[in-house]
Amino acid sequence: MSVLIIAEHDNESLNSATLNSVTAANVIGGDIHILVAGHNCASVAEQAAKVAGVSKVLNADSSAYEHALAENVGLLISDIGSSYSHILATSTTNAKNIMPRAAALLDVQAISDISAVIDSETFKRPIYAGNVIATVKSSDSIKVITVRGTAFDGAPDSGGSAAIETVSSAHDAEKSNFVSEEMAKSDRPELTAAEIVISGGRGMGSGENFELLNGIADKLGAAIGASRAAVDAGFVPNDMQVGQTGKIVAPDLYVAVGISGAIQHLAGMKDSKVIVAINKDEEAPIFSVADYGLVADLFVALPEFEEAL
Amino acid sequence: MKVLVAVKRVVDYNVKVRPKSDGSDVDLANVKMSINPFCEIAVEEAVRLKEKGVATEIVAVTVGPQQAQEQLRTALALGADRAILVLTDTAMEPLGIAKCLKAVCDTESPDIILMGKQAIDGDNNQTGQMLGALMGIGQATFASELTVDGNTASVTREVDGGLQTLSLSLPVLVTSDLRLNEPRYASLPNIMKAKKKPLESTSPDELGVDIARRVTQVSVELPAERQAGIKVEDVTHLIDKLKNEAKVIS
Repeated sequence: MSVLIIAEHDNESLNSATLNSVTAANVIGGDIHILVAGHNCASVAEQAAKVAGVSKVLNADSSAYEHALAENVGLLISDIGSSYSHILATSTTNAKNIMPRAAALLDVQAISDISAVIDSETFKRPIYAGNVIATVKSSDSIKVITVRGTAFDGAPDSGGSAAIETVSSAHDAEKSNFVSEEMAKSDRPELTAAEIVISGGRGMGSGENFELLNGIADKLGAAIGASRAAVDAGFVPNDMQVGQTGKIVAPDLYVAVGISGAIQHLAGMKDSKVIVAINKDEEAPIFSVADYGLVADLFVALPEFEEAL
Repeated sequence: MKVLVAVKRVVDYNVKVRPKSDGSDVDLANVKMSINPFCEIAVEEAVRLKEKGVATEIVAVTVGPQQAQEQLRTALALGADRAILVLTDTAMEPLGIAKCLKAVCDTESPDIILMGKQAIDGDNNQTGQMLGALMGIGQATFASELTVDGNTASVTREVDGGLQTLSLSLPVLVTSDLRLNEPRYASLPNIMKAKKKPLESTSPDELGVDIARRVTQVSVELPAERQAGIKVEDVTHLIDKLKNEAKVIS
């Protein structure tokens, strides 16, 4: 068996999300290779080569791969992936975009967002917004899999010394063109990588009121998230959304403020180690999953919280 | 310009499903079924394209059982012109659905294919990307904005950390994210009118598609339950617990 992992990166550095797939690959077993497809991304390949447990890094460097367009990277994966038993990527938006496309080109049924590896062909994955966990078994000769990052610890990013091999084929499907991107600039940690996350819900009342979370997040070194209700209400952008349709997080500490605890939100955060809920409605479902619940008006509690830290 | 919009019949999003007692599958007896919320957004977007004069015809398609006609009627009530049911009682997986849709598209030759980014039952988030691959056309998943100008679609996508804008030549496949639009409610007159709109039926066999499953469901179970903790009196107690009991802040 051999496992190909598709690296998540920005052409400069390897995204730590990749390390979660390495751990999942270790459970599956076999040789582990990492594919770094990008442009002027040699530094990413070097970082990937240092990841513990990786025996080879394939570096496909072409302008066609610069923005990880699904049409191009999908062709690349289906080209070089056919000699592997498993192709893995951590469930980022890039992976969700590309992996099913590659799977269809290989004529295999992809398996999304696995949360456990039972054996090389059997996996667990959440369905129905995480209300049910399914055990599924694949009969395809190549298993194309996305990995739920929060379900697997990251492999060490040092200690390895994999060989780096250049892949010369440049697949340019010429179906789509990158125009621009608008990335939220923040000094705070990324939501899915943060050790502490503080999220606001509809109870925050407005986008301006999210500033009440800033001071606390600064003091704790936390990332700021939001419930779908807060996003739907237009308080904050969608990339802050924690939940089944947003980001899945599992930090050491998750603080839910003014969030009632809809199923779809719980699906995105209930694997956090410690959950705190602050809500004025003592019947809010969020309290049923919270380790520490504080029934209070958030507009009083948040300034107190910041002051006391 | 023809728009094809694919929809799926799923358990209503308000229903909390549970495994059957033998753990073989989820218990779907007598639960409310609806059009998948992301598909509803896709239908709305198709209707808006028609209202803007970009689209001239909207064809709604689903792959599913006889009862999935209800969801096609919903799409027709929202503004689709006609509907196609690919009838099967098999529990379909994304690859099989994508192959059926590909066969329909080969006949219909749509310029724009719209569908939801994922269905809220299997949470696979695959069918659109697979259809894009099988058709060899460009894909723009997780769309929050779609504009069509001549033969070019400009799509803003929800990606980790922000937004990405792509430009694609038609035909194109677009999957909807939450913020693409807010679907309208079908009016009563439109619901009545929808009953008279054409709905044709075909099957995977007639389309010549092999829908044999590649991935089988071994069992389903409830996730580990999280126990409720304690209520604290005030912020001081909360911080004390976080520092000294949970030891997650210092």
